[in-house]
Amino acid sequence: MDFKDVLKGNKRAIARAMSLIEDEDPQGLSILRALHKHTGKAHIVGITGAPGVGKSTLVYRMAKALRKRGERVGIVAVDPSSPFTGGALLGDRIRMMGIATDPEVFIRSMGTRGCLGGLARKTYEIAKVLDAWGADTILVETVGTGQAEVDVVQAVQTCIVILVSGLGDEVQTFKAGIMEIGDIFVVNKADRGGADRLVLEVQAMLELGQVHGKWEPPIIKTIATEDSGVEELIDGMKKHYETAKEIGILGHKCIERAMLDIEDIVRDRMMAGLLTPGKKHLMKELCKKVADKKMDPYEAAEKVLCE
Amino acid sequence: MAKKGTSKAKRTAGAKSKGKAKAGTGKSGAACPPASPAGGHRIRVLVAKPGLDGHDRGAKVVARGLRDAGMEVIYTGLRQTPEQIVATAVQEDVDVIGLSCLSGAHMTLFPKIMNLLKEAGADDILVTAGGIVPEDDVPKLKKTGIATFFGPGTPLDKIVDFIRKNVRRR
Repeated sequence: MDFKDVLKGNKRAIARAMSLIEDEDPQGLSILRALHKHTGKAHIVGITGAPGVGKSTLVYRMAKALRKRGERVGIVAVDPSSPFTGGALLGDRIRMMGIATDPEVFIRSMGTRGCLGGLARKTYEIAKVLDAWGADTILVETVGTGQAEVDVVQAVQTCIVILVSGLGDEVQTFKAGIMEIGDIFVVNKADRGGADRLVLEVQAMLELGQVHGKWEPPIIKTIATEDSGVEELIDGMKKHYETAKEIGILGHKCIERAMLDIEDIVRDRMMAGLLTPGKKHLMKELCKKVADKKMDPYEAAEKVLCE
Repeated sequence: MAKKGTSKAKRTAGAKSKGKAKAGTGKSGAACPPASPAGGHRIRVLVAKPGLDGHDRGAKVVARGLRDAGMEVIYTGLRQTPEQIVATAVQEDVDVIGLSCLSGAHMTLFPKIMNLLKEAGADDILVTAGGIVPEDDVPKLKKTGIATFFGPGTPLDKIVDFIRKNVRRR
């Protein structure tokens, strides 16, 4: 497979490249390396929130609005893989079939394949392929998140947290984790009772916190199914991108992300080099001893490392 | 007649779902290792509902069964055009497409999908069909490239086995 076909916009080649990367095939690795210098032009936006708050529907509406502005749009939608069988039901696309045949839109679904941070292991890399394809905006939809799945913040430039009313009192808005990562907060299903109250609660939470360098996260009310508030959300997203570029957050984030990438690759390589068949066998023996309390796990690790 | 066939299909699929899904889970443990960060390919399947057909109980049961067999299943939802289905299959780089139609329009929709796949250079994807299709139509559909037909009451294990044996390794 030639990475140039991805740059040319061949849909089958793009899709195949994504599979090879997701499957961690050596061919995928070389494609990724070749594409690296063709990336960095797209605005990558994360959309996260609890299951059923309307992430997929909102992503669909946002993609439509972006298309109206003449943009090329990439979408990566993540759903959970089963921890037991590894299988997955990827259903985000159901909400997006209205743009399925648009040649300027590319949608890819992913299973988390064992990752617990709200994204799949290779979500960022798949977004990179869409970036190389020439997408102006890439929308990355996480799995339905709870409180602590915040990997998305490291994979995107603008992070949108979607909330709906009726999921708890104001203490929920004060908790660490997901409430800290929003560059924009959206209160979706705003026609439901309690939406205004939730807006006030989020506002109060934000006012108590420190403003990170001139950007104050807006709170935008939307009704995704009625296309209400979507334009405002797109404007807010664009404004964040511009501001982040201006005040240098983006450049800083870019370097942080590069560091993470290098760390990941080094860790993987080291682990692969370290865990020889002999060591794996040793670990299997030691784990029985640890389970029987004849050895503690630190001692076992020491043995694996020193052997 | 169509109505009778439909309700039968629904009942069979529904009744089978519980036991079979469970069997799938137990079996897949050996055949499909759990998701690990080590990589490797997972069979990806598109379950698609072309045309004006509101019955997706069967498609959902199959989707669930394939999920429990360790596959990644993308479901299109109801009332999709052949163009939408083929565009989705290409973008998702699926290994298998499972078409389901209970409306009687299979002889129009299925061949159209097969043609569009060819045009897109995606005719290496394994395509299977299910739903309410008269016996006489099955050979005609197979001529268009559809690998096999799974009628109402097909055990999920049979579908899983067929996919595993016939999916094209890339």
